[in-house]
Amino acid sequence: MLDLFHTPFSEFEFMRRALVGVIAIALGGGPVGVFLMLRRMSLTGDAMAHAILPGAAVGYLVAGLSLPAMTIGGLFAGVIVAVAAGLVSRFTALKEDASLAAFYLLSLALGVTIVSLRGSNVDLLHVLFGTVLALDDNTLLLLASISTITVLALAVLYRPLVLECVDPIFLRSVSNAGTPTHLIFLGLVVMNLVGGFHALGTLLAVGMMMLPAAASRFWTSDVTMMMLVSVGIGIVSGLSGLLLSFHAELPAGPAIILSAGAIYVISLVLGREGGLLWLAWPGRHLEA
Amino acid sequence: MSAASPAIRFDEVTLGYGRRPAVHHLDGAIPAGSLIAVVGPNGAGKSTLLKGIVGTLKPLEGHIRCNASPGVAYLPQAAEIDRSFPLSVYDLVAMGLWSRSGLFGGISRHDRTKIEQALAAVGLTGFERRPISTLSGGQMQRALFARLLLQDAPVILLDEPFTAIDAKTTADLLDLVRRWHDEARTVVAVLHDLDMVKRTFPQTLLIAREPVAWGETGEVLSPENLLKARRMVEAYDPHADICHRSVA
Repeated sequence: MLDLFHTPFSEFEFMRRALVGVIAIALGGGPVGVFLMLRRMSLTGDAMAHAILPGAAVGYLVAGLSLPAMTIGGLFAGVIVAVAAGLVSRFTALKEDASLAAFYLLSLALGVTIVSLRGSNVDLLHVLFGTVLALDDNTLLLLASISTITVLALAVLYRPLVLECVDPIFLRSVSNAGTPTHLIFLGLVVMNLVGGFHALGTLLAVGMMMLPAAASRFWTSDVTMMMLVSVGIGIVSGLSGLLLSFHAELPAGPAIILSAGAIYVISLVLGREGGLLWLAWPGRHLEA
Repeated sequence: MSAASPAIRFDEVTLGYGRRPAVHHLDGAIPAGSLIAVVGPNGAGKSTLLKGIVGTLKPLEGHIRCNASPGVAYLPQAAEIDRSFPLSVYDLVAMGLWSRSGLFGGISRHDRTKIEQALAAVGLTGFERRPISTLSGGQMQRALFARLLLQDAPVILLDEPFTAIDAKTTADLLDLVRRWHDEARTVVAVLHDLDMVKRTFPQTLLIAREPVAWGETGEVLSPENLLKARRMVEAYDPHADICHRSVA
Protein backbone atom coordinates (compact mmCIF):
# COMPACT_ATOMS: atom_id res chain seq x y z
CA MET A 1 0.00 0.00 0.00
CA LEU A 2 2.70 2.40 1.06
CA ASP A 3 4.54 1.49 -2.11
CA LEU A 4 1.82 3.18 -4.12
CA PHE A 5 2.88 6.47 -2.57
CA HIS A 6 6.56 5.75 -2.28
CA THR A 7 7.73 3.96 -5.39
CA PRO A 8 6.95 6.59 -8.02
CA PHE A 9 9.13 9.08 -6.22
CA SER A 10 11.91 6.77 -5.07
CA GLU A 11 12.33 5.17 -8.51
CA PHE A 12 11.89 8.11 -10.87
CA GLU A 13 13.80 11.34 -10.69
CA PHE A 14 11.34 13.20 -12.92
CA MET A 15 8.62 12.47 -10.35
CA ARG A 16 10.75 13.85 -7.53
CA ARG A 17 11.44 16.98 -9.56
CA ALA A 18 7.77 17.35 -10.36
CA LEU A 19 6.93 17.07 -6.66
CA VAL A 20 9.47 19.73 -5.69
CA GLY A 21 8.08 21.93 -8.46
CA VAL A 22 4.46 21.70 -7.38
CA ILE A 23 5.40 22.26 -3.72
CA ALA A 24 7.18 25.48 -4.76
CA ILE A 25 4.15 26.54 -6.79
CA ALA A 26 1.81 25.78 -3.88
CA LEU A 27 3.94 27.82 -1.43
CA GLY A 28 3.74 30.98 -3.52
CA GLY A 29 0.45 30.47 -5.33
CA GLY A 30 -1.72 29.64 -2.31
CA PRO A 31 -1.21 32.90 -0.36
CA VAL A 32 -1.39 35.01 -3.53
CA GLY A 33 -4.60 33.21 -4.43
CA VAL A 34 -6.05 33.92 -0.98
CA PHE A 35 -5.53 37.65 -1.46
CA LEU A 36 -6.87 37.52 -5.02
CA MET A 37 -9.98 35.86 -3.65
CA LEU A 38 -10.39 38.25 -0.70
CA ARG A 39 -10.01 41.23 -3.03
CA ARG A 40 -12.60 39.76 -5.39
CA MET A 41 -9.97 39.52 -8.09
CA SER A 42 -10.23 35.79 -8.77
CA LEU A 43 -11.11 36.39 -12.39
CA THR A 44 -8.27 38.91 -12.64
CA GLY A 45 -5.89 36.02 -12.04
CA ASP A 46 -7.53 34.10 -14.83
CA ALA A 47 -7.37 37.07 -17.20
CA MET A 48 -3.72 37.67 -16.42
CA ALA A 49 -2.86 34.01 -17.00
CA HIS A 50 -4.14 34.45 -20.55
CA ALA A 51 -2.27 37.72 -20.90
CA ILE A 52 1.02 35.90 -20.29
CA LEU A 53 0.60 33.76 -23.40
CA PRO A 54 1.61 36.34 -26.04
CA GLY A 55 4.73 37.31 -24.09
CA ALA A 56 5.80 33.71 -23.77
CA ALA A 57 4.94 33.25 -27.43
CA VAL A 58 7.24 36.07 -28.45
CA GLY A 59 10.00 34.48 -26.37
CA TYR A 60 9.29 31.19 -28.12
CA LEU A 61 9.32 32.85 -31.53
CA VAL A 62 12.72 34.38 -30.84
CA ALA A 63 14.46 31.52 -29.06
CA GLY A 64 12.33 28.37 -29.32
CA LEU A 65 11.40 26.47 -26.13
CA SER A 66 13.90 28.37 -24.01
CA LEU A 67 13.31 28.94 -20.31
CA PRO A 68 14.74 32.46 -19.99
CA ALA A 69 13.20 33.77 -23.22
CA MET A 70 9.71 32.53 -22.40
CA THR A 71 9.97 33.60 -18.75
CA ILE A 72 11.06 37.12 -19.62
CA GLY A 73 8.45 37.35 -22.37
CA GLY A 74 5.69 36.13 -20.04
CA LEU A 75 6.74 38.43 -17.18
CA PHE A 76 6.91 41.36 -19.54
CA ALA A 77 3.50 40.80 -21.07
CA GLY A 78 1.92 40.04 -17.68
CA VAL A 79 3.37 43.11 -15.99
CA ILE A 80 2.37 45.40 -18.87
CA VAL A 81 -1.22 44.13 -18.77
CA ALA A 82 -1.41 44.18 -14.97
CA VAL A 83 0.07 47.65 -14.56
CA ALA A 84 -1.85 49.15 -17.45
CA ALA A 85 -5.12 47.69 -16.21
CA GLY A 86 -4.34 48.75 -12.63
CA LEU A 87 -3.57 52.33 -13.67
CA VAL A 88 -6.60 52.59 -15.91
CA SER A 89 -8.92 51.41 -13.13
CA ARG A 90 -7.28 53.67 -10.57
CA PHE A 91 -7.37 56.88 -12.55
CA THR A 92 -10.31 56.52 -14.94
CA ALA A 93 -13.96 55.63 -14.60
CA LEU A 94 -13.37 52.10 -15.89
CA LYS A 95 -13.37 49.37 -13.21
CA GLU A 96 -10.55 46.88 -12.97
CA ASP A 97 -12.47 43.92 -14.39
CA ALA A 98 -13.44 45.85 -17.52
CA SER A 99 -9.98 47.30 -18.11
CA LEU A 100 -8.36 43.89 -17.57
CA ALA A 101 -10.75 42.28 -20.01
CA ALA A 102 -9.82 44.91 -22.59
CA PHE A 103 -6.08 44.46 -22.14
CA TYR A 104 -6.03 40.69 -21.97
CA LEU A 105 -8.25 40.24 -25.03
CA LEU A 106 -5.86 42.48 -26.89
CA SER A 107 -2.79 40.54 -25.77
CA LEU A 108 -4.46 37.14 -26.19
CA ALA A 109 -5.34 37.88 -29.83
CA LEU A 110 -1.80 39.11 -30.33
CA GLY A 111 -0.40 35.98 -28.71
CA VAL A 112 -2.40 33.54 -30.79
CA THR A 113 -1.32 35.37 -33.93
CA ILE A 114 2.33 35.15 -32.89
CA VAL A 115 2.16 31.45 -32.02
CA SER A 116 0.59 30.67 -35.36
CA LEU A 117 3.53 32.31 -37.15
CA ARG A 118 5.80 29.43 -36.18
CA GLY A 119 5.03 26.43 -34.10
CA SER A 120 4.24 22.75 -34.08
CA ASN A 121 1.31 21.24 -32.23
CA VAL A 122 3.66 19.68 -29.69
CA ASP A 123 5.09 23.07 -28.83
CA LEU A 124 1.61 24.54 -28.62
CA LEU A 125 0.59 21.81 -26.15
CA HIS A 126 3.73 22.60 -24.15
CA VAL A 127 2.75 26.24 -23.94
CA LEU A 128 -0.89 25.59 -23.11
CA PHE A 129 -0.52 22.74 -20.62
CA GLY A 130 3.07 22.87 -19.36
CA THR A 131 5.56 20.13 -18.71
CA VAL A 132 5.42 19.33 -15.03
CA LEU A 133 7.08 15.94 -15.61
CA ALA A 134 10.09 17.51 -17.37
CA LEU A 135 11.28 20.22 -15.01
CA ASP A 136 15.03 20.82 -15.32
CA ASP A 137 17.33 22.37 -12.70
CA ASN A 138 16.90 25.88 -13.98
CA THR A 139 13.12 25.68 -14.00
CA LEU A 140 13.11 24.32 -10.44
CA LEU A 141 15.42 27.13 -9.35
CA LEU A 142 13.09 29.63 -10.97
CA LEU A 143 10.04 28.15 -9.23
CA ALA A 144 11.83 28.12 -5.86
CA SER A 145 12.99 31.73 -6.30
CA ILE A 146 9.50 32.87 -7.19
CA SER A 147 7.93 31.26 -4.14
CA THR A 148 10.68 32.67 -1.88
CA ILE A 149 10.23 36.20 -3.21
CA THR A 150 6.45 35.85 -2.95
CA VAL A 151 6.46 34.72 0.69
CA LEU A 152 8.92 37.46 1.70
CA ALA A 153 7.03 40.17 -0.18
CA LEU A 154 3.71 39.13 1.31
CA ALA A 155 5.25 39.28 4.78
CA VAL A 156 6.32 42.87 4.12
CA LEU A 157 3.05 43.91 2.47
CA TYR A 158 0.67 42.03 4.74
CA ARG A 159 -0.76 45.03 6.60
CA PRO A 160 -1.33 47.36 3.65
CA LEU A 161 -2.69 44.46 1.61
CA VAL A 162 -5.27 43.63 4.25
CA LEU A 163 -6.09 47.32 4.64
CA GLU A 164 -6.45 47.75 0.88
CA CYS A 165 -8.95 44.91 0.90
CA VAL A 166 -10.98 45.97 3.93
CA ASP A 167 -10.92 49.74 3.90
CA PRO A 168 -9.03 51.32 1.01
CA ILE A 169 -10.25 54.83 1.89
CA PHE A 170 -8.79 54.54 5.37
CA LEU A 171 -5.47 53.37 3.96
CA ARG A 172 -5.44 56.33 1.58
CA SER A 173 -6.15 58.71 4.46
CA VAL A 174 -3.22 57.46 6.56
CA SER A 175 -0.61 56.41 4.02
CA ASN A 176 0.58 56.52 0.44
CA ALA A 177 1.32 52.80 0.48
CA GLY A 178 -1.90 51.89 -1.33
CA THR A 179 -0.87 52.27 -4.97
CA PRO A 180 2.62 50.72 -4.66
CA THR A 181 1.16 47.85 -2.63
CA HIS A 182 -1.43 47.21 -5.27
CA LEU A 183 1.14 47.26 -8.07
CA ILE A 184 3.62 45.03 -6.23
CA PHE A 185 0.83 42.60 -5.49
CA LEU A 186 -0.11 42.47 -9.17
CA GLY A 187 3.58 41.87 -9.90
CA LEU A 188 3.53 38.88 -7.53
CA VAL A 189 0.45 37.53 -9.30
CA VAL A 190 2.23 37.74 -12.64
CA MET A 191 5.41 36.12 -11.28
CA ASN A 192 3.50 33.20 -9.83
CA LEU A 193 1.50 32.75 -13.00
CA VAL A 194 4.68 32.68 -15.07
CA GLY A 195 6.15 30.12 -12.67
CA GLY A 196 3.01 28.05 -12.82
CA PHE A 197 3.03 28.42 -16.60
CA HIS A 198 6.27 26.42 -16.95
CA ALA A 199 4.83 23.51 -15.00
CA LEU A 200 1.14 23.64 -15.83
CA GLY A 201 0.82 25.85 -18.91
CA THR A 202 -1.06 29.11 -19.36
CA LEU A 203 -4.48 27.55 -19.10
CA LEU A 204 -4.00 25.68 -15.83
CA ALA A 205 -1.43 27.83 -13.99
CA VAL A 206 -4.13 29.85 -12.29
CA GLY A 207 -5.69 26.62 -10.99
CA MET A 208 -2.97 26.11 -8.35
CA MET A 209 -3.69 29.67 -7.19
CA MET A 210 -7.45 29.88 -7.05
CA LEU A 211 -8.62 26.36 -6.22
CA PRO A 212 -6.61 25.95 -2.98
CA ALA A 213 -7.50 29.51 -1.95
CA ALA A 214 -11.21 29.07 -2.61
CA ALA A 215 -11.17 25.74 -0.75
CA SER A 216 -9.36 27.24 2.25
CA ARG A 217 -12.12 29.83 2.72
CA PHE A 218 -14.44 26.99 3.75
CA TRP A 219 -12.21 25.93 6.64
CA THR A 220 -11.21 29.11 8.45
CA SER A 221 -12.12 32.78 8.72
CA ASP A 222 -8.64 33.91 9.71
CA VAL A 223 -6.52 35.31 6.88
CA THR A 224 -3.21 33.89 8.14
CA MET A 225 -4.73 30.44 8.66
CA MET A 226 -6.34 30.67 5.25
CA MET A 227 -2.94 31.14 3.62
CA LEU A 228 -1.47 28.17 5.52
CA VAL A 229 -4.46 25.96 4.67
CA SER A 230 -4.26 26.96 1.00
CA VAL A 231 -0.56 26.02 0.88
CA GLY A 232 -1.40 22.68 2.48
CA ILE A 233 -4.19 22.04 0.00
CA GLY A 234 -1.89 23.00 -2.87
CA ILE A 235 0.79 20.54 -1.75
CA VAL A 236 -1.71 17.73 -1.21
CA SER A 237 -3.24 18.42 -4.64
CA GLY A 238 0.21 18.35 -6.26
CA LEU A 239 1.13 15.08 -4.55
CA SER A 240 -2.15 13.30 -5.25
CA GLY A 241 -2.30 14.64 -8.78
CA LEU A 242 1.18 13.30 -9.56
CA LEU A 243 0.34 9.90 -8.05
CA LEU A 244 -2.94 9.81 -9.94
CA SER A 245 -1.19 10.60 -13.20
CA PHE A 246 1.51 7.99 -12.53
CA HIS A 247 -0.80 5.12 -11.63
CA ALA A 248 -3.70 5.89 -13.95
CA GLU A 249 -1.47 7.17 -16.76
CA LEU A 250 -3.24 10.51 -16.95
CA PRO A 251 -1.63 13.75 -18.09
CA ALA A 252 0.05 15.21 -14.99
CA GLY A 253 -1.00 18.86 -15.17
CA PRO A 254 -4.72 18.24 -15.50
CA ALA A 255 -4.51 15.50 -12.85
CA ILE A 256 -3.05 18.00 -10.37
CA ILE A 257 -5.71 20.59 -11.07
CA LEU A 258 -8.41 17.89 -10.92
CA SER A 259 -7.12 16.89 -7.47
CA ALA A 260 -7.28 20.51 -6.34
CA GLY A 261 -10.77 20.72 -7.81
CA ALA A 262 -11.82 17.60 -5.89
CA ILE A 263 -10.53 19.11 -2.64
CA TYR A 264 -12.44 22.30 -3.45
CA VAL A 265 -15.69 20.38 -3.96
CA ILE A 266 -15.15 18.42 -0.73
CA SER A 267 -14.50 21.70 1.13
CA LEU A 268 -17.55 23.28 -0.45
CA VAL A 269 -19.70 20.49 0.94
CA LEU A 270 -18.04 19.72 4.28
CA GLY A 271 -16.18 22.95 5.16
CA ARG A 272 -16.95 24.26 8.66
CA GLU A 273 -17.09 27.89 7.51
CA GLY A 274 -20.22 28.01 5.42
CA GLY A 275 -19.96 24.60 3.75
CA LEU A 276 -23.18 23.31 2.20
CA LEU A 277 -23.75 20.62 4.86
CA TRP A 278 -23.44 23.16 7.67
CA LEU A 279 -25.77 25.53 5.86
CA ALA A 280 -28.36 22.80 5.34
CA TRP A 281 -28.20 21.45 8.91
CA PRO A 282 -27.03 24.28 11.16
CA GLY A 283 -28.56 22.72 14.28
CA ARG A 284 -31.13 24.32 16.56
CA HIS A 285 -30.74 28.03 17.24
CA LEU A 286 -29.10 29.23 20.46
CA GLU A 287 -30.31 31.34 23.37
CA ALA A 288 -30.24 35.07 22.60
CA MET B 1 -12.84 83.99 13.79
CA SER B 2 -10.59 83.70 16.79
CA ALA B 3 -6.95 84.56 16.67
CA ALA B 4 -5.89 80.93 17.16
CA SER B 5 -3.64 79.57 14.44
CA PRO B 6 -5.65 77.83 11.72
CA ALA B 7 -5.77 74.04 11.60
CA ILE B 8 -7.14 74.12 8.07
CA ARG B 9 -6.85 77.03 5.65
CA PHE B 10 -8.72 77.36 2.35
CA ASP B 11 -7.34 79.70 -0.29
CA GLU B 12 -10.03 80.27 -2.92
CA VAL B 13 -10.58 76.51 -3.12
CA THR B 14 -12.64 74.96 -5.88
CA LEU B 15 -13.13 71.20 -5.66
CA GLY B 16 -14.99 69.11 -8.17
CA TYR B 17 -15.18 66.21 -10.54
CA GLY B 18 -14.08 66.58 -14.11
CA ARG B 19 -14.29 70.37 -14.54
CA ARG B 20 -17.58 70.68 -12.63
CA PRO B 21 -17.20 72.42 -9.31
CA ALA B 22 -18.82 70.75 -6.27
CA VAL B 23 -17.32 73.28 -3.86
CA HIS B 24 -16.92 76.66 -5.50
CA HIS B 25 -14.46 79.32 -4.32
CA LEU B 26 -14.26 78.60 -0.62
CA ASP B 27 -12.01 80.96 1.27
CA GLY B 28 -11.29 81.05 4.98
CA ALA B 29 -9.76 79.16 7.88
CA ILE B 30 -10.78 76.76 10.58
CA PRO B 31 -8.91 77.70 13.78
CA ALA B 32 -7.22 74.90 15.70
CA GLY B 33 -9.49 73.48 18.38
CA SER B 34 -12.72 74.36 16.56
CA LEU B 35 -15.82 72.22 16.75
CA ILE B 36 -17.48 73.00 13.46
CA ALA B 37 -20.48 71.54 11.66
CA VAL B 38 -20.72 71.52 7.87
CA VAL B 39 -24.35 71.83 6.85
CA GLY B 40 -26.12 72.04 3.51
CA PRO B 41 -28.53 70.25 1.20
CA ASN B 42 -27.66 66.98 -0.52
CA GLY B 43 -25.19 67.55 -3.31
CA ALA B 44 -23.92 70.74 -1.69
CA GLY B 45 -20.30 69.54 -1.71
CA LYS B 46 -19.98 68.65 1.98
CA SER B 47 -18.39 65.25 1.46
CA THR B 48 -16.31 66.66 -1.37
CA LEU B 49 -14.96 69.29 1.01
CA LEU B 50 -13.84 66.62 3.48
CA LYS B 51 -12.19 64.62 0.69
CA GLY B 52 -10.31 67.77 -0.24
CA ILE B 53 -9.09 68.26 3.32
CA VAL B 54 -7.95 64.62 3.62
CA GLY B 55 -6.16 65.04 0.30
CA THR B 56 -7.81 62.19 -1.63
CA LEU B 57 -9.28 64.80 -3.98
CA LYS B 58 -7.01 67.48 -5.41
CA PRO B 59 -8.53 70.98 -5.76
CA LEU B 60 -9.33 72.12 -9.28
CA GLU B 61 -8.08 75.51 -8.17
CA GLY B 62 -6.70 77.11 -5.02
CA HIS B 63 -5.00 75.44 -2.08
CA ILE B 64 -6.00 73.65 1.09
CA ARG B 65 -3.39 73.82 3.82
CA CYS B 66 -3.89 71.41 6.66
CA ASN B 67 -1.75 71.94 9.70
CA ALA B 68 -2.12 68.54 11.31
CA SER B 69 0.74 66.35 12.45
CA PRO B 70 0.82 63.34 12.49
CA GLY B 71 -2.26 63.48 10.34
CA VAL B 72 -5.96 63.79 9.83
CA ALA B 73 -8.41 61.17 11.08
CA TYR B 74 -11.24 60.72 8.61
CA LEU B 75 -14.51 58.83 8.90
CA PRO B 76 -16.07 58.71 5.44
CA GLN B 77 -19.79 58.61 4.84
CA ALA B 78 -21.08 55.03 4.95
CA ALA B 79 -17.49 53.86 5.02
CA GLU B 80 -16.65 51.75 2.02
CA ILE B 81 -15.59 48.87 4.19
CA ASP B 82 -15.72 45.34 2.87
CA ARG B 83 -17.76 43.87 5.71
CA SER B 84 -17.40 40.35 4.32
CA PHE B 85 -13.62 40.42 4.82
CA PRO B 86 -12.60 38.01 7.58
CA LEU B 87 -11.33 40.53 10.14
CA SER B 88 -11.95 40.82 13.87
CA VAL B 89 -13.24 43.96 15.58
CA TYR B 90 -9.95 44.11 17.48
CA ASP B 91 -7.90 44.17 14.27
CA LEU B 92 -10.20 46.76 12.69
CA VAL B 93 -9.75 49.07 15.66
CA ALA B 94 -6.01 48.38 15.86
CA MET B 95 -5.65 49.84 12.34
CA GLY B 96 -5.94 53.20 14.07
CA LEU B 97 -2.36 52.72 15.25
CA TRP B 98 -1.07 52.80 11.66
CA SER B 99 0.58 56.21 11.92
CA ARG B 100 2.80 54.86 14.71
CA SER B 101 3.20 51.19 13.82
CA GLY B 102 3.27 51.53 10.02
CA LEU B 103 4.19 48.51 7.95
CA PHE B 104 6.04 46.53 10.53
CA GLY B 105 5.93 48.11 13.94
CA GLY B 106 4.81 45.68 16.60
CA ILE B 107 1.88 46.39 18.89
CA SER B 108 3.26 46.90 22.37
CA ARG B 109 1.57 46.13 25.67
CA HIS B 110 0.94 49.86 25.98
CA ASP B 111 -0.80 49.81 22.59
CA ARG B 112 -2.91 46.84 23.65
CA THR B 113 -4.10 48.76 26.69
CA LYS B 114 -5.00 51.68 24.43
CA ILE B 115 -6.96 49.42 22.11
CA GLU B 116 -8.86 47.98 25.07
CA GLN B 117 -9.53 51.48 26.39
CA ALA B 118 -10.81 52.62 23.00
CA LEU B 119 -13.13 49.61 22.76
CA ALA B 120 -14.37 50.32 26.29
CA ALA B 121 -14.92 54.00 25.47
CA VAL B 122 -17.33 53.08 22.65
CA GLY B 123 -18.98 50.29 24.64
CA LEU B 124 -17.61 47.40 22.60
CA THR B 125 -15.75 45.54 25.33
CA GLY B 126 -16.28 41.83 24.74
CA PHE B 127 -16.54 42.27 20.97
CA GLU B 128 -12.79 41.88 20.36
CA ARG B 129 -12.90 38.49 18.62
CA ARG B 130 -16.15 39.08 16.74
CA PRO B 131 -15.78 39.17 12.93
CA ILE B 132 -16.80 42.57 11.55
CA SER B 133 -19.37 40.81 9.34
CA THR B 134 -21.48 40.14 12.46
CA LEU B 135 -21.72 43.77 13.61
CA SER B 136 -24.88 45.84 13.28
CA GLY B 137 -24.72 49.28 11.69
CA GLY B 138 -24.48 51.03 15.05
CA GLN B 139 -21.86 48.63 16.39
CA MET B 140 -19.79 49.15 13.25
CA GLN B 141 -19.95 52.92 13.74
CA ARG B 142 -18.86 52.45 17.37
CA ALA B 143 -15.91 50.36 16.19
CA LEU B 144 -14.95 53.03 13.66
CA PHE B 145 -15.08 55.68 16.39
CA ALA B 146 -12.79 53.49 18.48
CA ARG B 147 -10.39 53.47 15.54
CA LEU B 148 -10.61 57.28 15.35
CA LEU B 149 -9.78 57.42 19.07
CA LEU B 150 -6.64 55.38 18.49
CA GLN B 151 -5.57 57.55 15.58
CA ASP B 152 -5.09 60.26 18.16
CA ALA B 153 -5.15 62.90 15.43
CA PRO B 154 -5.27 66.67 16.02
CA VAL B 155 -7.84 67.08 13.22
CA ILE B 156 -10.86 64.77 12.99
CA LEU B 157 -13.25 64.77 10.02
CA LEU B 158 -16.63 63.05 10.33
CA ASP B 159 -18.92 62.64 7.32
CA GLU B 160 -22.53 62.14 8.44
CA PRO B 161 -21.42 60.03 11.38
CA PHE B 162 -24.90 59.61 12.89
CA THR B 163 -26.92 58.75 9.79
CA ALA B 164 -29.02 55.63 10.46
CA ILE B 165 -27.66 55.39 14.00
CA ASP B 166 -30.03 55.03 16.98
CA ALA B 167 -30.42 57.69 19.67
CA LYS B 168 -28.43 55.89 22.36
CA THR B 169 -25.45 55.24 20.11
CA THR B 170 -25.61 58.79 18.75
CA ALA B 171 -25.56 60.18 22.30
CA ASP B 172 -22.59 57.99 23.24
CA LEU B 173 -20.62 58.93 20.13
CA LEU B 174 -21.51 62.60 20.51
CA ASP B 175 -19.94 62.44 23.98
CA LEU B 176 -16.73 61.34 22.30
CA VAL B 177 -16.95 64.31 19.93
CA ARG B 178 -17.29 66.66 22.94
CA ARG B 179 -14.34 64.94 24.58
CA TRP B 180 -12.23 65.55 21.46
CA HIS B 181 -13.29 69.19 21.60
CA ASP B 182 -12.27 69.41 25.28
CA GLU B 183 -8.90 67.93 24.31
CA ALA B 184 -8.49 70.90 21.91
CA ARG B 185 -8.67 68.78 18.79
CA THR B 186 -10.22 70.27 15.65
CA VAL B 187 -13.43 68.45 14.74
CA VAL B 188 -15.23 69.02 11.42
CA ALA B 189 -18.51 67.11 11.09
CA VAL B 190 -20.94 66.96 8.19
CA LEU B 191 -24.42 66.81 9.72
CA HIS B 192 -28.08 67.04 8.76
CA ASP B 193 -29.67 67.27 12.21
CA LEU B 194 -29.83 71.05 12.75
CA ASP B 195 -31.02 70.68 16.36
CA MET B 196 -27.95 68.64 17.14
CA VAL B 197 -25.79 71.25 15.43
CA LYS B 198 -27.34 74.04 17.48
CA ARG B 199 -26.92 72.11 20.73
CA THR B 200 -23.38 70.86 20.26
CA PHE B 201 -21.48 72.74 17.57
CA PRO B 202 -20.43 76.33 18.28
CA GLN B 203 -19.36 76.97 14.67
CA THR B 204 -21.11 76.13 11.42
CA LEU B 205 -20.26 76.32 7.74
CA LEU B 206 -23.37 76.36 5.56
CA ILE B 207 -22.61 75.48 1.96
CA ALA B 208 -24.63 74.92 -1.15
CA ARG B 209 -21.79 74.47 -3.63
CA GLU B 210 -20.93 78.12 -2.90
CA PRO B 211 -20.29 78.92 0.76
CA VAL B 212 -23.52 80.52 2.04
CA ALA B 213 -22.53 81.48 5.59
CA TRP B 214 -19.75 80.66 8.01
CA GLY B 215 -19.41 81.55 11.67
CA GLU B 216 -21.35 81.29 14.94
CA THR B 217 -23.94 78.54 14.59
CA GLY B 218 -26.83 80.71 15.79
CA GLU B 219 -26.17 83.35 13.13
CA VAL B 220 -25.37 80.95 10.32
CA LEU B 221 -28.52 78.88 10.70
CA SER B 222 -30.87 81.83 10.25
CA PRO B 223 -34.05 81.22 8.22
CA GLU B 224 -32.77 83.51 5.41
CA ASN B 225 -29.50 81.59 5.07
CA LEU B 226 -31.25 78.22 5.13
CA LEU B 227 -33.65 79.37 2.45
CA LYS B 228 -30.76 80.58 0.35
CA ALA B 229 -29.05 77.19 0.69
CA ARG B 230 -32.22 75.35 -0.21
CA ARG B 231 -32.46 77.29 -3.48
CA MET B 232 -29.24 75.74 -4.76
CA VAL B 233 -29.73 74.20 -8.17
CA GLU B 234 -28.52 70.62 -7.92
CA ALA B 235 -28.24 69.83 -11.61
CA TYR B 236 -25.28 71.43 -13.30
CA ASP B 237 -25.66 73.49 -16.42
CA PRO B 238 -24.40 71.37 -19.34
CA HIS B 239 -23.42 74.55 -21.20
CA ALA B 240 -21.67 76.21 -18.27
CA ASP B 241 -19.02 78.75 -19.22
CA ILE B 242 -15.49 78.69 -17.89
CA CYS B 243 -15.34 80.37 -14.49
CA HIS B 244 -13.23 83.54 -14.60
CA ARG B 245 -13.74 84.66 -11.00
CA SER B 246 -10.39 86.12 -9.99
CA VAL B 247 -8.19 84.23 -7.56
CA ALA B 248 -6.97 86.37 -4.68
